[in-house]
Amino acid sequence: MSNASIPRHQVMTLSPKVRDRTRIGRLGPSRLRIAVNYLVMVPVTLLFVSPIIYMFIASFKPNNEVLSGFGVFSLQDLSFNNYLSIFSRFSGSDTGTFTGFLTTSLIVSAATVIGGLVVNSMAAYALARLRWPGRNLFLLAVIALVIVPFEAIAVPLFYMLDGLRNTYLVQFLPFIASPFSIYLFYSFFAGLPKSLEEAARVDGAGAWRTFFFIMLPNARPVFATVAILQFMASWSSFLWPVMVIDDPTVRPLPLAISVYVGTPPYGWGNIMAFGVMMVLPMLVMFLIFQRWFIRSVVTSGVKG
Amino acid sequence: MFTKPKTVAGPAIASIQQDTRAAVVMVTPAFLGLLAFIAIPFLLAIFLSTQNLQFGSGLAPTWMGLEQYRRILLDPLFRADFYRALINNATFAVVVVPAQTGLALAIALLLNRRLRGMPVFRTLFFMPVVFPMALVSVIWKLIYAPDDVGMLNTVLKVVTFGHIQPHDFLGDPKTALAAIIVTSIWSGVGFQMVIILAGLQSISATLYEAASIDKASKWQQFLNVTVPGLRNTLVFVVMVTTILSLRLFDQVYIMTRGGPLNATTTVMYQAVTSAFDQGNIGRAAAITVVFFVLVLGVALIQRWFLREEREIV
Repeated sequence: MSNASIPRHQVMTLSPKVRDRTRIGRLGPSRLRIAVNYLVMVPVTLLFVSPIIYMFIASFKPNNEVLSGFGVFSLQDLSFNNYLSIFSRFSGSDTGTFTGFLTTSLIVSAATVIGGLVVNSMAAYALARLRWPGRNLFLLAVIALVIVPFEAIAVPLFYMLDGLRNTYLVQFLPFIASPFSIYLFYSFFAGLPKSLEEAARVDGAGAWRTFFFIMLPNARPVFATVAILQFMASWSSFLWPVMVIDDPTVRPLPLAISVYVGTPPYGWGNIMAFGVMMVLPMLVMFLIFQRWFIRSVVTSGVKG
Repeated sequence: MFTKPKTVAGPAIASIQQDTRAAVVMVTPAFLGLLAFIAIPFLLAIFLSTQNLQFGSGLAPTWMGLEQYRRILLDPLFRADFYRALINNATFAVVVVPAQTGLALAIALLLNRRLRGMPVFRTLFFMPVVFPMALVSVIWKLIYAPDDVGMLNTVLKVVTFGHIQPHDFLGDPKTALAAIIVTSIWSGVGFQMVIILAGLQSISATLYEAASIDKASKWQQFLNVTVPGLRNTLVFVVMVTTILSLRLFDQVYIMTRGGPLNATTTVMYQAVTSAFDQGNIGRAAAITVVFFVLVLGVALIQRWFLREEREIV
């Protein structure tokens, strides 16, 4: 950064005349440049999202027309048949049902997110704002645990929780308490101004009251961030279900599509319809709350 | 890393006792969760890696010492698979980390301009991030379909005027890992892009103004203003991507099952197949312990980079 601070000093000493001249040079981009920008951006973006477009189009095509080169992009023979056949293909307890997969994913994600918000925010508040013996030790433990990836403990966890296999519970219970979520909450609570709670504490409000009525109303952004990050992780979770779920009735969506792709007979049109139905809830939420999604990811990066 | 907490100054003894009581209740659920589902399994991994434990055999585990590690690292009968996995993970990281970061930086620079519709472009580039990796793998498996009617084969044929013959990308040991790499970059680049974009936007505009007054070319501005300003962001992004490369599993499991001929097997894939297909919990645990040591190494290297930065500034 040191080399950048020298020019800044020069700006201060420049005569107004010189500054004006450079300003003019930097006036908004010309029409030509704007056109060139779009000519680059639009094709690059289209190419980038083409796999997603492909998925959507293929989901409306008969199975035997998906693998037909560019023929798939012809707008003939479009129908919802693939979507309907998902429901008839998955219709018993031996195959599981699509609504069953969806329900599993929803229950597991909701339990992880809601449980996680409650458990981790409380712990973080106690760590950031209350005085109690053992606080620093616990804080250190949380920091240390942040770097343990789930993959490093998946095998022993699978061995420990053998008795809970093929349940909803086993799919969310290990993920509720999260060192990273505690860390995000902690940074937020620790950064709030002292004056915020001082008045309440002087008035005799206890820790709980302060937490619920002073802290929580101010903490909406961090709650949204943690909720979105936990939800994305939980909705996409794959390794753990592979290990602990083989009963189709409690199978989450990502595992279900991987089993589907691995067991013939299937058609690519059907599979893409399954994919669309699987991603649609997430995609709709993303398009509505995209600012929050992006902000959450950025926060996770900045704080890390 | 942590900012110092601002506790209420000089609380009375009574309120400290009350606080302690409240704190214990508040912390207990998280404490139990972290203990039961992270700390204990972590220690158990180390313990299990010293055991001969056949899952589902009903036999009691027996002590093996470091035999599992000797087998996966040194024994000619077993080590080939594990080294193949390590090489694949390393290849994946060596390609994906610079390629994905470079691409994310390029897209972020493209998007970091004042143009109408930029948020739309940003949304589209970020979109694959919300797709579950399982679904991404399935879509790309279709794209890589081996026949001449597969999408990638069709595109290549058209672009090269028929000079490239249809290829089985996932079925050929020479191209399978490359195919998985492309899929992974596509799925992850948006994540890095938004972080880098935020980093770009936090660089003060006056620095660029100053540089342009100094008649610095665009390229010089990039090297002397943009890159130093993004240093921490880039270190973070590189570290996260490296660790993700070590964790590689979903794509492999769905697209190739580690094949063909172990061409796409990974450390985590080995751990899972050891635990399931062979029921060998001891070896699976030893593999995950080695995996953790690798992750720790990456994290420490990142620490070291950031510490150096702090000393300079």
